Amino acid sequence: MSQQAYGPLPRKEDARFIRGKGMFVDDIALPGMLHGAILRSPLAHARIVSIDTTAAEAHPAVEAVITGQSLAERGMAWMPTLARDVQAVLATDKVRFQGQEVAFVVARDRYSARDALELIIVDYEPLPPVIDAVAALDPGASVIRDDLPGRDGNKIFDWSAGDKAAADAVFAGADVVVARDMLYPRVHPAPLETCGAVADMDQVSGRLTIWVTSQAPHAHRTLYAMITGLPEHKIRVVSPDIGGGFGNKVPIYPGYLCAIVGSTLTGRPVKWMEDRSENLMSTSFARDYHMHGEIAATRDGTILGLRARVLADHGAFNGAAQPTKFPAGFFHIFTGSYQLRAAYCEVTGVYTNKAPGGVAYSCSFRITEAVYLVERMVDLLARELGMDPAELRMKNLLRPEQFPFTCPTGWVYDSGDYPRALAAAMELAGYAELRREQASRRERGEYMGIGISFFTEGVGAGPRKHMDILGLAMADGADLRIHPTGKAVLSVSCQTQGQGHETTFAQIVAAELGLSPDDVDVVHGDTDRTPFGLGTYGSRSTAVSGAAAAVVARKVRERARIVAAAMMELSPDDLEWADGAWRVRGDPEQAATIAQVAMAAHSGLELPDGVEGHLDAETVYNPPNLTFPFGAYICVTDVDPGTGEVRVRRFIAVDDCGVRINPTIVEGQVHRGLADGVGMALMQAIAFDAEGNCLGGSFMDYLLPTAMECPPWELGVTVTPSPHHPIGAKGIGESATVGSPPAVVNSVLDALAPFGVVHADMPLTPAAVWRAIQGRPLRADLAMP
Amino acid sequence: MQIAVSVNGTEYTRVVEPRLLLIHFIRDELGLTGSHWGCDTSNCGACVVWLDETPVKSCTVLAAMADGRRVRTVEGLANGGRLDPVQQGFAQCHGLQCGFCTPGMMLTGRWLLDRNPDPSDEEIREAISGQVCRCTGYQNIVRAIRWAANAEAASGEAAGAEAAGGEAGGAR
Repeated sequence: MSQQAYGPLPRKEDARFIRGKGMFVDDIALPGMLHGAILRSPLAHARIVSIDTTAAEAHPAVEAVITGQSLAERGMAWMPTLARDVQAVLATDKVRFQGQEVAFVVARDRYSARDALELIIVDYEPLPPVIDAVAALDPGASVIRDDLPGRDGNKIFDWSAGDKAAADAVFAGADVVVARDMLYPRVHPAPLETCGAVADMDQVSGRLTIWVTSQAPHAHRTLYAMITGLPEHKIRVVSPDIGGGFGNKVPIYPGYLCAIVGSTLTGRPVKWMEDRSENLMSTSFARDYHMHGEIAATRDGTILGLRARVLADHGAFNGAAQPTKFPAGFFHIFTGSYQLRAAYCEVTGVYTNKAPGGVAYSCSFRITEAVYLVERMVDLLARELGMDPAELRMKNLLRPEQFPFTCPTGWVYDSGDYPRALAAAMELAGYAELRREQASRRERGEYMGIGISFFTEGVGAGPRKHMDILGLAMADGADLRIHPTGKAVLSVSCQTQGQGHETTFAQIVAAELGLSPDDVDVVHGDTDRTPFGLGTYGSRSTAVSGAAAAVVARKVRERARIVAAAMMELSPDDLEWADGAWRVRGDPEQAATIAQVAMAAHSGLELPDGVEGHLDAETVYNPPNLTFPFGAYICVTDVDPGTGEVRVRRFIAVDDCGVRINPTIVEGQVHRGLADGVGMALMQAIAFDAEGNCLGGSFMDYLLPTAMECPPWELGVTVTPSPHHPIGAKGIGESATVGSPPAVVNSVLDALAPFGVVHADMPLTPAAVWRAIQGRPLRADLAMP
Repeated sequence: MQIAVSVNGTEYTRVVEPRLLLIHFIRDELGLTGSHWGCDTSNCGACVVWLDETPVKSCTVLAAMADGRRVRTVEGLANGGRLDPVQQGFAQCHGLQCGFCTPGMMLTGRWLLDRNPDPSDEEIREAISGQVCRCTGYQNIVRAIRWAANAEAASGEAAGAEAAGGEAGGAR
C-alpha cells in the first residue's frame, strides 16, 4: 500500500465554508415552502385535559394545526426510540417533561407560526414531578410511564457486567479499599446548528424528500418508513452540511415527523427549525450518571479490583442511542487501561420527568462516564496511598506484550503501548519540574494543580454479531466508481458534521489506487446516492466506513490487475502493485496505472472469461472488533481559593489513534474534545429545580467554553496501528471528550489537596470550588439554595 | 415599514415587519445564507455581521435599525474573486470544521486586523471571546487569524519593496 496520499492535506470542504456557501438545512428554501413551530409543555408532569386550537386555526397565515389527536388518527402519535422504547411525537395523554412537544403549527412564515402558538389553549392538570433520579425509585413516586402496560414504577432496567463473586473476593482480601460517590452531571452536546428539517411530500409520486440534520441518514430513512407507513423506496433522506452533531443528531425527533405530516396535509414543503432553548430543553442530552465507585489495591499500589453501582437517569422516554444489546452503552469498559484481577458493575436505568436521551456528546457510548469513574478512583487511591498519581498509573498500566488483552468484563483490546504514551505526556509536560513548581507555590500559598488521566476507548461499532440499533446491524457499505479517465467517486453511508470525510476518505482511496486525492470525490449524506450504513457517531466513521473505503479500493485494484494483465497479454501473477501502478515483476518500467487500466476496462479490450468490464466495486464492511484508541492527558490548573475560580494554564494530550490519515484533521478533532473537557469539568451542566423547570435552557445559563477559557493545546503523538483495521487506523473523534474531563477535575482536586478536599462533582464552577473548600459541596444536578 | 440597507455594497429596499431581526432579513429576505443563526441570546456569535464598521450579533439587531446603514457579511469578505487573507488563513490553518461559526469568526478576525495588524494570540482570543465554536477548541482559529496578519504584513512589505524598487528604477 502506498501512503503517499496520507498527510496534512488542506480540506476539500473548506472552499465552500469560507465563502459562506455551505448548505445547511435552514439554508434550504423551496417554492411555496411553509414554516412549522412546536408548542411545548411548560410543565414537567401533567395530564392534558383539553387542547383548543380554534383560534390558531383562524390565524390568517396558518395552514394547519396538528395535535397528538390528529397524529393518533394516522397511527403516528407515538414513535419508536433507538432503545426500543416509545416516545410521544405530540402528547396525547400526559406531558412528561418541560419542553415536551404538544402541538405543531404550519404557517406561511416563521414569525406567524410562532404567533399562532400563542393562540393554542391547553388545559393541564399538574401531576407530582419526579426530578431526582434516586427518588424516582421510591415506592410512592408517581409513575411517569403509565402509558406502558403493566408498569408500576419508574425503573427501566437492571443490567450488570463482570464477575461479582470474583470481585467481592478480591475486595475482601485487599489491603486498601477506597469508595466514592460521584455524579457525571447531565450535559448537552449543543451543536452550534440546532436540529431541523425540510419535508417535501410529492402528492403525485407519493415520494417524500426530507432534508434533515441527521448523523445517520440511512437509519433515519428506515425509521421514517416504519413510523409513517411510507414504503422505504419512496423516501429520500438528505443530510446536507451539518453544523456539528456530537451525538445530538443521531435520533429522530418529533419535529421531523411533524414536518412530514405538515407537508402531507398541505401539499407544500414544510420547514421546521428549533430554536436554541428547544434544542437544549428537548433533544438528546448526555450523561446524568449517578455513580458509586470502589477500588481495591495492595498497600504497595497494585490495583486489584473495581466495582461500580450506577443510577442512570434516562429522562421521560428511553431514547438512548446505542447498540441494543447494551442498555448502559459500553460503560462496562470501566476497568480502563489497567491490569486488575476482577471487576463488577451494575447499572439501573430510571425514568424521570426530564428530556429523553443519555447517549450523546461524543461519549463513545458511555465510555466517557466509565473513564471518568476509573480515573477519579485511581486518583483517589493515589491520595489514599500517598503515591504520585503518575507513578501509580505507570505501575498498573497494561504492558505492550499483553495485547490483544481481554479485560475482566470481556472487551478484547486490540493493541496498545500505554507506558510509552504516558511517558511521552510526562516528558512533554515536564512533569517532575511541574511537581517542584507546585511544591514551591504551595509554600507561597498558591494553589496549582496537576491532573492526569489515561483512557482507553473502544470505538467503531461494530461487529454485526453483537451490535445493532433497532435490528439494523452496524456494518457500513461503500461504492467506488472509476470513470474511464481514472477519476473516482466514492459513496459512503456516513455523514460528516465537520470531521472532514470528503478529504480523509479521498486520501484513503487515493493511497490505495495511486491517485491524487484531487481525483477522488466523496459522496455522502444522501440516501438516494449512497449505500446503506449506520452513520457517523461513536467515532465509527474512519473505523468502519473508512475501512470500507480501503476494502472497496482494494477490490478495484484487484480487478485492475486482471485488466492490466489482459492489456499486457500477461498473467495477473506476473504483476505486482508498486508505486501506485501494476508493474511487471522484474521489469517495473512496464506498468499500468489505474487511469490507464480504467480506460482499457471501458474499451473493447478482450477480457478473460468471467471478468466483467469497468472497474466499479462495492463492499459492506463488517468490523471484526472495535478499535481501541488510547491516550495520556495532563492538565495544569491554577485555583484562586478566594473566588473559587479555576484557570486552565496548560493541557498536554498524547493521543494514539493508530495510523493517521490526515494528521491535521486528527489534531483538530483532539482540540475540539479538549475544549469539551474544559467545558464539562468547569462550566457546563443542565440542572433542574424541584418543579422540573430546566435551568440550562439557553446559552445565558448553559455556559460553553470560549477562547478565553481554553489554553493553547499541547499535543503529542504515538502510533500503535490497529491490527485488524485494513489501514491500521482507529477512531479519534471522541477520544479527547472522553479523556479530558477527569484530567481537569483531577487537576483542580490536586490543587485543593491542602484544604483536605478529596472530591467535588463537575462542573467545578467558582461557586462549586468555593463551596468545596468550605466543606459544603454543591450538588450540580438539582438547584440548591 | 420600508427600509433601505446597503449589504456588501448593494442597495436593497424592502418593506419589512418592524420586528424582523436583521439575521432573518439577511438570510430570508436577501437569500444571503452565509450568516447563521445559533442561539437567540447574543451568546454564540454565529450571526455576526458588520453594521457599518462594527461587528454586531444580528440575531439581536432589528432590520429596521440597519435602515440607511451598511452591512457586511461573509459574502462580502472576498475582494472580487480574491479571497481575503482571513479566509485563506482559515483554510490554511484548519480553522474550521463544521463551518457554522466560521463566517462570524472571520468577520471578527477581519475587524481586528483592520484595527490591530499585529495582534498577540491573547488579543485574538479576546476579540473572538464573544463567539462560540464547538469544533476547533479555538486554537486553529487563533492560528488562522495570525496567519492572515502575517500574510498581510508580508504582502505589505512586498508592496513596499516593489514601490521602493520602482522609485530606484531598478532593473526588472
